[in-house]
Amino acid sequence: MSIWEYANPVKFIKTTDRMMPYLAVGAVVCLVSGLVWGFFFTPDDYRQGSTVKIIYLHVPAALMAINAWMMMLVASLVWIVRRHHVSALAARAAAPIGAVMTLIALATGAIWGQPMWGTWWVWDPRLTSFLILFLFYLGYMALWEAIENDDTAADLTSILCLVGSVFAVLSRYAVLFWNQGLHQGASLSLDKEEHVADVFSSPLYVCIAGFVLLFIALVFLRTQTEIRARRARALIARERLA
Amino acid sequence: MMPDLGKYADAVLSSYAVSILLLVVLVALSIRRSRKMKAYLADIEERVKNG
Repeated sequence: MSIWEYANPVKFIKTTDRMMPYLAVGAVVCLVSGLVWGFFFTPDDYRQGSTVKIIYLHVPAALMAINAWMMMLVASLVWIVRRHHVSALAARAAAPIGAVMTLIALATGAIWGQPMWGTWWVWDPRLTSFLILFLFYLGYMALWEAIENDDTAADLTSILCLVGSVFAVLSRYAVLFWNQGLHQGASLSLDKEEHVADVFSSPLYVCIAGFVLLFIALVFLRTQTEIRARRARALIARERLA
Repeated sequence: MMPDLGKYADAVLSSYAVSILLLVVLVALSIRRSRKMKAYLADIEERVKNG
């Protein structure tokens, strides 16, 4: 059995249909338990007070914002190299999810930044690269909508995705590249000095698992929708020709 | 039951409200579009089958 079997739209829909209920239940369980644990049962931070509770939304959303683009990059490369439609449609399906994750990261970051830094926004390397990543998401979705031919749209959006990957990587490592700005380093790190205390990181891991499962479930659902939309367009075109 | 969020209550609660709202809207729109597209494709397939 090969992974390329799932490039068959029928096989993809059948397989993901079976997996989606488990992913959805897992996502809800992890998100509810992680957020309840983090919100109700963790102490305030000695420096940041109760605003530390924002970490349970901000960090998983930021993580998914970057990783959604990376997933789109892999799917786009598969499209460029192997011309599997399902992979191009999966990249298209992931874009709105990634955009919402980026928006959550930006919004919660601004709300968190106001009491901690005294400002909603600053042109800090990480914040700026995240804003650019959000604009790339919008541009990517707009490009898909603007081009009528599916294959041409997939080609051009794949190129845009390759270019945007620079900013996805940059938004992850901006803090390390430029040792300036207000944003702190990674919250979850192998470096014990940087890593948040266990009392905060345990519920954070559960929330991250919830965001990951939600992302996968939504990508499957939206890819199925894109596959059906593509088939509908093909049938209508065939009808017009007949 | 509600933890004492002190002077940062507005910031914490608005973060949760905005994030949960965005996630719920995303999930609801994804499910709605999926259902609509399934019905739309079924209609077209039926029409094509019946000539």
